[in-house]
Amino acid sequence: MEKINEFRMTLWAKSVNEGFCRAAVAAFAAQADPTAEEISDIKTAVSEAVTNCIVHAYPHTDGRIYLSCQLYRDGRLRISIRDTGCGIEDIKKAREPLFSTMGGDRSGLGFSVMESFSDKMLVRSRPGKGTTVILEKRIRGRT
Amino acid sequence: MPVQLTAQGKTLFALLSGDIDHHTAPALREQIDNAVTEYRPRMLCLDFSAVSFMDSSGVGLVMGRYRHNAAFGGDTQVCGLSPSAERIMKMSGLGKIVSFKKNAEGG
Ligand SMILES: Nc1ncnc2c1ncn2[C@@H]1O[C@H](COP(=O)(O)OP(=O)(O)OP(=O)(O)O)[C@@H](O)[C@H]1O
Ligand SMILES: [Mg+2]
Repeated sequence: MEKINEFRMTLWAKSVNEGFCRAAVAAFAAQADPTAEEISDIKTAVSEAVTNCIVHAYPHTDGRIYLSCQLYRDGRLRISIRDTGCGIEDIKKAREPLFSTMGGDRSGLGFSVMESFSDKMLVRSRPGKGTTVILEKRIRGRT
Repeated sequence: MPVQLTAQGKTLFALLSGDIDHHTAPALREQIDNAVTEYRPRMLCLDFSAVSFMDSSGVGLVMGRYRHNAAFGGDTQVCGLSPSAERIMKMSGLGKIVSFKKNAEGG
């Protein structure tokens, strides 16, 4: 399917950028005329992926988040959220609902939410190298 | 102001507003916990009706407030959830310990 638009950005892995990332992807998706529900789903999934880069990827250092977005002619939006942080030891385990390596107020729902609020989620990770999450969402729009 | 706290009888109402995510949750947590510690309500009512966005951080926020309030013997209820926020809350199984209401009613 033909790609009709794309954007890429790099940000510091700081929590203040969570809202910025959601807003940026939502603004980019707006050209496909999504419904309010589709926009809300996209923002939710992006927020989870970006938050994971901020919370988990760089425990001891400053780091960056690489966000890119492609829009295809059929309304498919493909969002890639990548970090070069610590990576995930056991992806299968990490994707299980309620699994978290962090205590406090983390609930271990991030991957479940991403999966449920997008059409497709792909996770690639290598310990010590980093993690890439690809989210796909078909925007059917208001027609 | 991201959270407006009002005490009414034995109920403490917390009207949350704006976006709830990992960045904004700590300030909300602190304000609510301080009010609970001071007021010791029998019921803490977390009202989400003015929340513009919420991700899984909202679940952590509710879970943590439930625990903190329960330590003083109080119950917690959640109301005014958007369909998407309710979907996330239900994924967590939080409904077993916290009651979901349509509107703020206290108790
Ligand atoms: N980008 C990442 N880098 C390193 N580890 C990660 C990354 N994303 C997720 N993880 C690991 O996968 C686990 C599960 O992630 P998930 O988002 O489902 O839950 P959580 O972030 O712990 O809690 P929540 O998202 O509910 O606040 C995390 O606890 C963490 O160990
Ligand atoms: Mg997470």
